[in-house]
Amino acid sequence: MSETGTDVVKRGMAEQLKGGVIMDVVTAEQARVAEDAGAVAVMALERVPADIRRDGGVSRMSDPDMIDSIKAEVTIPVMAKARIGHFVEAQVLQAIGVDYIDESEVLTPADYAHHIVKTGFTVTFVCVSNDLGEALRRISEGAAMIRSKGEAGTGDVSQATTHIRTILGQIKRLTTLDATELFEAAKELRAPIELVRETAELGRLPVVLFVAGGVATPADAAMMMQLGADGVFIGSGIFKSGDPAARARACVEATAYYDDAERIAKVSRGLGEAMVGISIDSLGAGDLLAQRGW
Amino acid sequence: MVAVGVLALQGDVREHISALEKAGASAVPVKRVSDLEGLDGIVLPGGESTTMGKLLTLFDLLEPLRKRIADGLPAYGTCAGMILLASEVLDGRHDQKLLGGLDITVRRNAFGSQVHSFEEDLSVAGVGEVHGVFIRAPWVERAGPSVDVLARVGEHPVAVRQGHLLATSFHPELTGDARMHEFFVSTMVS
Repeated sequence: MSETGTDVVKRGMAEQLKGGVIMDVVTAEQARVAEDAGAVAVMALERVPADIRRDGGVSRMSDPDMIDSIKAEVTIPVMAKARIGHFVEAQVLQAIGVDYIDESEVLTPADYAHHIVKTGFTVTFVCVSNDLGEALRRISEGAAMIRSKGEAGTGDVSQATTHIRTILGQIKRLTTLDATELFEAAKELRAPIELVRETAELGRLPVVLFVAGGVATPADAAMMMQLGADGVFIGSGIFKSGDPAARARACVEATAYYDDAERIAKVSRGLGEAMVGISIDSLGAGDLLAQRGW
Repeated sequence: MVAVGVLALQGDVREHISALEKAGASAVPVKRVSDLEGLDGIVLPGGESTTMGKLLTLFDLLEPLRKRIADGLPAYGTCAGMILLASEVLDGRHDQKLLGGLDITVRRNAFGSQVHSFEEDLSVAGVGEVHGVFIRAPWVERAGPSVDVLARVGEHPVAVRQGHLLATSFHPELTGDARMHEFFVSTMVS
């Protein structure tokens, strides 16, 4: 008896990415650069978050032709983004055979109340969160992988730091609670008690936890790993920098050897300009993508 | 207690370490050439085979590890690890780096993409009934004369052994069942 699309298969798929770097790419050439540098997967999209920020307007799922051209170029898994709550974009992405769907705050939400019910899909979903309750709600909807939001397209790592610290700190607290207190915690987190209990027992999320949103240097990537991330997404940070191939490789090496400062020092030399970036302080409240998702 | 390394550049390293400990071995993450010293065996985990091959090359581990395996270090590869141990790969990148050693040809992502990933019970010779989790899994397209096929899905071998080398298309480390690791540790490493 053979079964597809089970939680074991979806979560197990995401486990295979651990310790790796996932890079945003907008062309087949960039996908090739990412794969050559040792990326563990690529995110195919039409504009990186830094450009989405600059251009404004409504941002949607990419053209399937563009995603196909990237799938044809690389052998590593290809992810693509659907708008929050846009279950038909997700159906389309599953139909064209992407390996993962990212229900992403970087695109303009299609539904301000509901997320996609992901349990009905066979494809694996990665979802975003900036705290534990949001992560567990996404897992209850069928997400097999979580990435913390940070603040996409800024090159400012501070929000990524806040979000991973928040999620892991809340998990640490759960492990100190008794059976009765866990019910109260579930209420506070607005998350199902079964997942709260499982997280408390494991001392980690029941799925892989990556960090995203503002990682721009090898040291940023290694810092996220030292804080306890399972891996790193780098969006605008690679291809908005002066020497993408060198920076991509350096970030991969710093992620694999995150606890080796000499090695991180070595790969940080001579990388050219990092992405210019936008400090979080200079953004208005309405510009913060991390507020998307509920 | 025997010391078994787990190649820890990328992939589901934590699950293999826990399975090896259940199987009675001392598990050691391997990231550097110096980590290979004193090992009695090594596990090549699941992950992305293209990426792992790249990282082995970029980080100067490919040749030292290849030499240790050629010199007789017992090795067990799951999924991407099976591909790394194969002598030939189909549907991979033309420049995909392999450790080799096993006289098999594997087909990468042979069962199809992620939406075709599946779980299924199967019988593994020498181990018994095992729950197989297949994720973008390879299968063995050709097995050399000195390779024993331990399990198949349909026509296709998905578990093979040749002397000191063991490989499975599936991921026993994801099931909590440590019998594949026990088989490796007790019959091939000790």
